[in-house]
Amino acid sequence: MDWINIGTLSDIPALGARTVETSLGEVAVFRTATDEVFALINRCPHKGGPLSEGIVSGRKVACPLHNWVIDLNSGAADAPDEGCTTTVPVRQDGGAIFLGLEAARKVAHG
Amino acid sequence: MNAQPRSRLVVIGNGMAGMRTVEELLAIAPVRYDITVFGAEPHPNYNRIMLSSVLAGEKGVDDIVINPRQWYADNQITLHTGDPVVAIDRAAKTVTAASGLVVAYDKLLIATGSKPLMPPLPGLELPGVVAFRDIHDVDKMLAAAKAGSRAVVIGGGLLGLEAAWGLKRQGMPVALVHLMPTLMERQLDVEAGSMLQRDLTDRGLHFFTSGQTEEITGTTHAQGVKLADGRFVPGELVVVAIGIRPNVDLAKAAGLAINRGIEVGDDMATSDADIYSVGECVEHNGQVFGLVAPLWEQAKVCAAQLAGDRAASYVTPALSTRLKITGIDVFSAGQLTAQDEADSEIVFRDAAKGVYRKLVIREDRLVGAVMYGDVADANWYFQLLRQESDVGPLRDRLIFGQQFADACCGGAKGAMDVAAMSDDTQVCGCNGVSKGTIVKAINAKGLTSLDEVRAHTKASASCGQCSGVVQAILAHVTGADAAISEAMCKCTEHGHAHVRQAIVEQGLKTQGQVRRALGWKTDDGCAKCRPALNYYLLCAWPGEYLDDARSRFINERVHANIQKDGTYSVVPRMWGGLTTPDELRAIADVADKFKVPMVKVTGGQRIDLFGIKKEDLPAVWGDLNKAGLVSGHAYAKGLRTVKTCVGSEWCRFGTQDSTGLGVKLEKLLWGSWTPHKVKLAVSGCPRNCAEATIKDFGIVCVDAGYDILIGGNGGIEVRVTDQFTRVATEDEVLEIIAALMQLYREEGFYLERTAPWVERVGMAHIKARVLDDGAGRKALEARFLFSQQYAQIDPWAERAEGGIDAHEFQPLAVVE
Ligand code: SRM
Ligand SMILES: Cc1cc2nc3c(=O)[nH]c(=O)nc-3n(C[C@H](O)[C@H](O)[C@H](O)COP(=O)(O)OP(=O)(O)OC[C@H]3O[C@@H](n4cnc5c(N)ncnc54)[C@H](O)[C@@H]3O)c2cc1C
Ligand code: SF4
Ligand code: FES
Repeated sequence: MDWINIGTLSDIPALGARTVETSLGEVAVFRTATDEVFALINRCPHKGGPLSEGIVSGRKVACPLHNWVIDLNSGAADAPDEGCTTTVPVRQDGGAIFLGLEAARKVAHG
Repeated sequence: MNAQPRSRLVVIGNGMAGMRTVEELLAIAPVRYDITVFGAEPHPNYNRIMLSSVLAGEKGVDDIVINPRQWYADNQITLHTGDPVVAIDRAAKTVTAASGLVVAYDKLLIATGSKPLMPPLPGLELPGVVAFRDIHDVDKMLAAAKAGSRAVVIGGGLLGLEAAWGLKRQGMPVALVHLMPTLMERQLDVEAGSMLQRDLTDRGLHFFTSGQTEEITGTTHAQGVKLADGRFVPGELVVVAIGIRPNVDLAKAAGLAINRGIEVGDDMATSDADIYSVGECVEHNGQVFGLVAPLWEQAKVCAAQLAGDRAASYVTPALSTRLKITGIDVFSAGQLTAQDEADSEIVFRDAAKGVYRKLVIREDRLVGAVMYGDVADANWYFQLLRQESDVGPLRDRLIFGQQFADACCGGAKGAMDVAAMSDDTQVCGCNGVSKGTIVKAINAKGLTSLDEVRAHTKASASCGQCSGVVQAILAHVTGADAAISEAMCKCTEHGHAHVRQAIVEQGLKTQGQVRRALGWKTDDGCAKCRPALNYYLLCAWPGEYLDDARSRFINERVHANIQKDGTYSVVPRMWGGLTTPDELRAIADVADKFKVPMVKVTGGQRIDLFGIKKEDLPAVWGDLNKAGLVSGHAYAKGLRTVKTCVGSEWCRFGTQDSTGLGVKLEKLLWGSWTPHKVKLAVSGCPRNCAEATIKDFGIVCVDAGYDILIGGNGGIEVRVTDQFTRVATEDEVLEIIAALMQLYREEGFYLERTAPWVERVGMAHIKARVLDDGAGRKALEARFLFSQQYAQIDPWAERAEGGIDAHEFQPLAVVE
């Protein structure tokens, strides 16, 4: 696994998300109010809703399609709903954000 | 009167029992003592129970303060925090604190609580090993969670489980080591304990039961726990939560009678008549304590004694236990299993639903209850148990709960309803508050909110598990409409009405201010309250409040409707349903250029372009803008459409220009934000081809003028409009509609459409505000027009130019 620089913290609005196209599919990278960053495959465990478009609060995101609440850290849906979205390793260094992905040849920043 | 010199009371321990005693004392004898309090911790008095919620991230440290420093000042209590008492001199009647301070007393209260039990294990002194007792411990755990370490919790009782769950919520991998084969064996029988373990395993906790810890390994820092049977459980954070031991050090050194705890009599006095003791540090009749309910009893008795009531006497109440893990309902009280032949057990299981219930009965009296999964009847069983009620006649039905038992016995029907609850039913177990006490306080003091009930009765003030029941009693007594008093969401106890009122009256201008002023339980709210607050603030402070995109549902954030496949639909406005060949050509061109998969005529008299990719939205809007088309707000809690029919211009029955009036109304109202969506229609005659009678505001033209109709809805629950008034001119229609719109904007709860709003506030009220009060109507209209200045900006144009929210429409990066 490689750590790939995908941009900086300031590229993502606080309590918001941006997407990154990867070989795994679309990854949603979230930023919380306290500047923590989490990454999930951008598909809700319910019916595949784009989690990047949901409302973020605390360490959770509410899916825009049917309001399932997904834990950003574990990818798990809040009870009573059941399901889990795959998490993607992410870390911050200085202001930069790195995703843990298989070796990539090219990164284009949007 | 005041000349009598006050006696001096010194309290050692600024914890739950000590301060409760002081509260009780102030209530009955406010001027009897000069009070000095010493606390070893640097904080004011806080709710230790809620540390579990702080650890789980559900509450902040500020939220759990019971008495802030101001309270001490207000009551003239001298508070020394962070300064433990190190010695008591009984002969001189003084205490000495670590800082060297010496304070004399007439009466002394020792409330030093307990210490975490720390087994003599190798490695116990390593960094990374913590207990779970105070804020300092929680801080250490949160720091470890942040550092990304793994956790091992030793102890599968209440405290250990709550610690494990909190750490899990903080994102740590958590393993729990427990000495016994099943969890919470002191409170739960084997079956319920196993169910609990299964549910928590499903939630991602790992268990090592029958696990005897032998050693905490590591050289410079804890690295894990070694068990006697050879198993090793790795973890850089080790939480020891195996139990507590009364903190008797000071009392012992002072020569007071000590056994396991500081021995006290029924009057809460120690072996020295001038020294009292309450809380987890005491031992009464051979019993020591670990839950707050009995401590509150002790506090009451001790305060009465201190106030001079020599008759006050303490009896340990029956105790019950609940686990504070969100979504896991466990209750137990009394005996866990039958002890001998005389006892019998009744067990109910519904494995599919995860419900388990066991009652232990002796001689027609309930002596024990264990419940798992569904604890709705816990209060009722606990009541039967405490009162030693004769349950013989109920026996066959008892296990199915109150509703079933009562119904069969011809008692009250309906849900586990608070009306049916007898006055002496205990509602709040922690504070021993009965329904009768709550009802009396509500009536006598005119209480209207949960907070007030809490302040006056203490009901639900400790662990908070009974908040729902207290709220239900409040609603029942005050007859308040559930919608008014119901909490907005889990982040707050306040209902919409209260929040709206506070925003205006207290001049709250940001979401942060609202959340702070009203004691929100979460820092940044949730997907339910944020959009509501955003709307309320926008409505209260037009032009001043900065709209928060992050508090808007995706549709309102990107000004298009999200579809099930993640694409969007785009609906340009067609004023009053009118369009032109040029507009249609532009729409057709866009459909071609962006390969729009479907074009559809909507039920709102305009055209919908489906299947547009998010990144294409700005370009689509740009092209539509060029033809003069603007956003139709088909996604907004705001004005949607004004449907019209052809009217007098063409139709042989038309009485007025319904199309023209529709366009004027749409031009007046477009862009405004409202509690829920708003739709209008104008029909040219009572044949009503525009379906005005199921719209929020409908106009039906007649020969004599215009009938204005309000509160219709064609959605989930169809509601036909009510006749509001008839006016003669278009200008009057426009003025009244603007005023109605503003009244709804100011009074409607978020996501409440006009139909339920009209039913809630009543037609008489709306007529009084808009028809009878001419000046009031003008003022409403003026406020509406003022806010429209800031609202009537085409959101598509702003974004098509790439100025606003550009980040919304592009990926952050593409990794190939
Ligand atoms: C497009 C349209 C259907 C159509 O193809 O004709 C439509 C489509 C949707 N309607 Fe509707 N409604 C449409 C006319 C209506 C009408 C008829 C009307 O306006 O005359 C009604 C009944 C009248 C009323 O509202 O009282 C209607 C009652 C609803 C409701 C139920 C509202 C209620 O109070 O019970 C919802 C759900 C909601 O809003 O919470 C809803 C929600 C929706 C949503 C937004 C569902 C959603 O949340 O994603 C659909 C969005 C599809 C999209 O992406 O465009 N739609 N919807 C119509 C758009 C009208 C327009 O030009 O803006
Ligand atoms: C995480 C957690 C969850 C809990 N959950 C529940 C629950 O759900 N339900 C329930 O009923 N109970 C619960 N409890 C137990 C409950 O908190 C205690 O029963 C209660 O706090 C005991 O009150 P106390 O005043 O005796 O002791 P404390 O609240 O501990 O107060 C004693 C205070 O005295 C101070 N002190 C000690 N020595 C000195 C000294 N020499 N000088 C000055 N100050 C001193 C201590 O620092 C402490 O602040 C929980 C406890 C914990 C830790
Ligand atoms: S009725 Fe409205 S909400 Fe239901 S499927 Fe049709 S468009 Fe969607
Ligand atoms: S797709 Fe996420 S809630 Fe339905």
